[in-house]
Amino acid sequence: MKNEFQVIADLIEKDKKVLDVGCADGTLMKFLKDNKNINIRGLEISKEKVQECIAKGLTVIEGNAEKDLKQFTDKSFDYVILSQTLQAFLNPELVLDELLRVGKKAIVTIPNFGYWKVRFHLLFKGTMPITKTLPDEWYNTPNLHMCTIKDFFYFVKSKDIKIFKSLALNNLNSSIINHSNLGVKNLFADLGIFLIEK
Amino acid sequence: MNTEKNIKTLIVKKPLKLDCGKTIKDFPIAYETYGSLNSKKDNAILVFHALTGDQFVTGINPVTNKEGWWSYAVGPAKAIDTNKYFVICSNVIGGCMGSYGPSHKDPDQKIFGTNFPVITINDMVNAQYNLLDHFGIDKLFSITGGSMGGMQVLQFISNFPDKSKTVIPIATASSHSAQNIAFNELGRQAITADSNWKDGNYTSNDTNPGKGLAVARMAAHITYLSKKGLQEKFGRKLQEREDLKFGFDADFQIESYLRYQGSVFVDRFDANSYLYITRAMDYFDLAKQFNGNLSEAFKNTNAKFFIISFTSDWLYPTQENKDIVIALNSIGADVGFVEIVSDKGHDSFLLDVPDFLSALKNFLDKSYEEN
Repeated sequence: MKNEFQVIADLIEKDKKVLDVGCADGTLMKFLKDNKNINIRGLEISKEKVQECIAKGLTVIEGNAEKDLKQFTDKSFDYVILSQTLQAFLNPELVLDELLRVGKKAIVTIPNFGYWKVRFHLLFKGTMPITKTLPDEWYNTPNLHMCTIKDFFYFVKSKDIKIFKSLALNNLNSSIINHSNLGVKNLFADLGIFLIEK
Repeated sequence: MNTEKNIKTLIVKKPLKLDCGKTIKDFPIAYETYGSLNSKKDNAILVFHALTGDQFVTGINPVTNKEGWWSYAVGPAKAIDTNKYFVICSNVIGGCMGSYGPSHKDPDQKIFGTNFPVITINDMVNAQYNLLDHFGIDKLFSITGGSMGGMQVLQFISNFPDKSKTVIPIATASSHSAQNIAFNELGRQAITADSNWKDGNYTSNDTNPGKGLAVARMAAHITYLSKKGLQEKFGRKLQEREDLKFGFDADFQIESYLRYQGSVFVDRFDANSYLYITRAMDYFDLAKQFNGNLSEAFKNTNAKFFIISFTSDWLYPTQENKDIVIALNSIGADVGFVEIVSDKGHDSFLLDVPDFLSALKNFLDKSYEEN
């Protein structure tokens, strides 16, 4: 399992009710169900991935986060997870609001466009950056709204969203992000993980 | 049509008050079972049939000598694995395969015809509930069915919220749309317009409204298929001829196909049953039973739901299935949902659609493992 998922799992206490938005093949869901006795649900747009989740015995709803989150009532989950997909929505702000409406807390992870390899790629190669977390070409990427850890940090602050924990992930190492080290983390982390609440 | 042989029947002694206000008692429910009930009695699946189905889910139907209506899904090692599960299915009341219906006789030994009470989906499931007592089953492992079978699934879990662990409504809706009612009315009008219908007393008049019933079936059959499916299968292909005949014979293959579907249906189905069952479907509106709030129908159940729709089903489209998912989610129920890609229209749930069958199998088997 991806290190990102391990970090997310560590943020969630046992026996909680959790919604994984864009749950893909259900790897994280299965881990949470088996290891933390989480009452887990998934929302996934890909029919193939939904089938994979069903084959794992997971409860998943085929649907689109931009349209289908509205069916869940306010604060009906302890945690709502959104892993590396916020930047792919037409309206990320709306999705973020929905995550925080449906979940008591939300865990959002973002691929960091401020990562030094991304900056170097653009600076020296002069072409759109391609990295491990951003593997697609400019013409076929699903990402519409790339942001940096710093962007996201300021964005949630401006929306009066409370950050409980923000973590910078680089390969296997995760570390706390705070105001004083924001510039450094924004340079050296390829992924940001935020535990937030509104 | 109805041969008594090969039909297992449970006589329900307990009076059943119907939605129309009448009470029936000592009435027959015809059923069939597949697989065997285990000692813990926790492996039973109650299957509900659709409009023209019957209790003979799989294998050879002993009355029609044709494959059971859900042979693709039910059987040894199939999606609903009869090596593992005990499958029960009964003919709905109002039907014509042995359960109490309009072709039965009233207490005065006169064939009911249209004097049979109008029944509802609610009446159907209340009647079938007696099968649980009959088999000594406290809780079913699953209930499932497509189309009208799905309506019965929804009504059953609403009426008996703790009587099934899992619930699988397929290609269905929580109420009949105006379009659904319109097509059913077309079928009923075709039957009653047949001069052989004789106000429903065709048996005592020794006639049969076969033409009307065939037209009803032909019209309905079109609604079970998709435009794309029809076009690919038939297109404008001609039926055993080189060119158009400039007449009203079946020039096109699709005409011939529909005529055939109509004619074989008449051999196995009763016209009055068709009226009664389509009426029951039209009257179905689960939300209405709960003052317009569908979620209320499910608020007392802890069952695990899995809802399945098909892309090309325009009779019970995905959105109508999703409305059930939404109602369940709004009360925090355990509900999964998948829309299966298929060109086979509403009939997809009856056919060999691998993605559907594997989803059904995986859901059942994984849920059973967690038992």
